[in-house]
Amino acid sequence: MMPRFWPMFRKEFIQMRRDHLTFAMMIGIPVIQLLVFGYAIQTDVRNLPTVVLDESRTPESRDIIQAFQNTGNFRIVAHVDGRPAVDRAIARGEAQAAIVVPYEYPRDLVRGRTATLQIIVDASDPLASQSAIAAAVAVAHARDLLILTRAAGRANLPLEARVRPRYNPGLRSPNYIVPGLVGVILTMTMVLITAMAIVRERERGTLEQLIVTPITKTELMLGKITPYVGVGLLQMTAVLILGRFVFDVPLTGNILLLYGVTLIFIIASLAFGLFVSTLVRTQQQAMQASFGFMLPNILLSGFMFPRQAMPEVAQWLGLMVPLTYFLKVVRGILLKGVGLEALWREVLILAGFAVVLIVASVRRFHKTLD
Amino acid sequence: MSPSAVETHNLTRRFGAVTAVDALTLRIEQGEVFGLLGPNGSGKTTTIRMLCGLLEPSQGSALVAGIDVAVAPEQVKQRIGYMAQKVGLYEDLTVGENLDFYAGIYGFRRATARLAEVVAFLELAERLGQLAGQLSGGWKQRLALACALIHRPALLFLDEPTAGVDPAARRRFWHTIHDLAHAGTTVLVTTHYMDEAEQCARLAMMSRGHLIALGTPAEVAAQVGGRTLEDAFVILQERDER
Ligand SMILES: Nc1ncnc2c1ncn2[C@@H]1O[C@H](COP(=O)(O)OP(=O)(O)OP(=O)(O)O)[C@@H](O)[C@H]1O
Ligand SMILES: [Mg+2]
Repeated sequence: MMPRFWPMFRKEFIQMRRDHLTFAMMIGIPVIQLLVFGYAIQTDVRNLPTVVLDESRTPESRDIIQAFQNTGNFRIVAHVDGRPAVDRAIARGEAQAAIVVPYEYPRDLVRGRTATLQIIVDASDPLASQSAIAAAVAVAHARDLLILTRAAGRANLPLEARVRPRYNPGLRSPNYIVPGLVGVILTMTMVLITAMAIVRERERGTLEQLIVTPITKTELMLGKITPYVGVGLLQMTAVLILGRFVFDVPLTGNILLLYGVTLIFIIASLAFGLFVSTLVRTQQQAMQASFGFMLPNILLSGFMFPRQAMPEVAQWLGLMVPLTYFLKVVRGILLKGVGLEALWREVLILAGFAVVLIVASVRRFHKTLD
Repeated sequence: MSPSAVETHNLTRRFGAVTAVDALTLRIEQGEVFGLLGPNGSGKTTTIRMLCGLLEPSQGSALVAGIDVAVAPEQVKQRIGYMAQKVGLYEDLTVGENLDFYAGIYGFRRATARLAEVVAFLELAERLGQLAGQLSGGWKQRLALACALIHRPALLFLDEPTAGVDPAARRRFWHTIHDLAHAGTTVLVTTHYMDEAEQCARLAMMSRGHLIALGTPAEVAAQVGGRTLEDAFVILQERDER
């Protein structure tokens, strides 16, 4: 059974360890991706640095300030005196929001006049300011309702919508991004590394020397890509561990199932890398082709933008990239804790991709020079 | 009578409009050191690649060790050793690792007696731990030959094996080639060096893809009036290009 697989595997493994470019891609791509998207994770607006100007200094004012703080959107960094100090803090960027409780606030509350608060937000970062503004409005509404309900002599609210975000209760984007990142990193590195590995042999002339031996096509291809299966699984493990301990992403579901499906996905990606290697001549072309493949995967799979929000054409196109299905599976397993009963369709489609890509690359790969 | 080691009939290879090898018919006997000469682009490499099963002929046929290359290229590959014009060693592997690799590919377990034999034959023992990329030209050539010899091929195709190698190393290399031929290996070698051509039992000269002279070095020289092989080479080529 494939006696020449092991020498090929061993050789590839030694080269993988010694080749700085491959090694840099294996380590560098995940690190860069985590940094880039870790930055995206930061746009998850929490804890906007906030200064407080409390002119009234009463239990009522402290109470409402606490309510703002409880939303988690405002992190109070300082108490200041006077409007100029507020403006200064925001202008200098020491704070991105300010809560001003006027002197009249408690009195107006008691007298039944409209008591006003001022929330000043630095809107130069639209994402951060929007959610702070929404939070401020929500705090005021909640307070209004409470006061009105009491005034009406009722013990509870007439109506309430209980919104329960399932699976990602904190609405935290790391939970959404990090599992997706596993798929993005694998797509990028697996395709790129295999395509480069074959093309490099062709460029250096070692492929000519290799295909003049009795090694079979299958032995050559399998020996070539198998070491990278391990690399892919390690990359996933690293991202998941980082996700768990740095970004607090839960690992809910069946991890064994996750590894199984990831294996299928890795094989599909490696097979595609082999396919790319049969289409290009130089390492640079291999790189361009791999990135060209990456782009639709990232844009259409729902990694960055929700697929439901896309134009219909984009949704259709998204069905043609493997990452779309892999994301569903990873997010399903990690966030929802669901198993094959819910994901078998996606798993089957991924397996289909793997088979088609393997057949295509075996067909296109020839043990000749033309 | 034993069959010829190589037998081509009207062997032709075209790349688009270019005819790299044009109706080449020749016969190489077993145990012979056969030289293939010709200016750059005359089709030497293309010929060897077709004989090795690396390129499909556009026309004609080639029997290598009695096997039709177009029909059973993989069987041919079991019986031949090949050193490409551009030496295809893994430069990021050591000498020993390169040898281990090819030994494995040819179905030998690691550290077999055969490997030790090849290492001794090419005097590579002291360099086993060195990276192939750090070897000098002459040693790279020896390692490449060692890799091509591991499986005791009956035929050896050497495409400009001594290009860029110093005279002493070239001489040593040719000693090795003669040793192999004495032991019964058929060697087809291309070269641009006339002193090497002189050492071949028979020669074929190519120009623009076809054969312009065939025979022993003395016979070829006689074709242009008994001058040196180099003169014959230049004169025959000029005649062909006129
Ligand atoms: N893969 C290819 N595609 C297109 N043309 C090719 C290819 N390989 C060789 N040729 C052309 O075929 C002709 C013969 O080339 P070949 O390499 O066989 O010559 P050669 O005798 O080995 O030359 P050299 O002495 O420079 O090694 C040349 O014109 C070359 O450009
Ligand atoms: Mg050549």
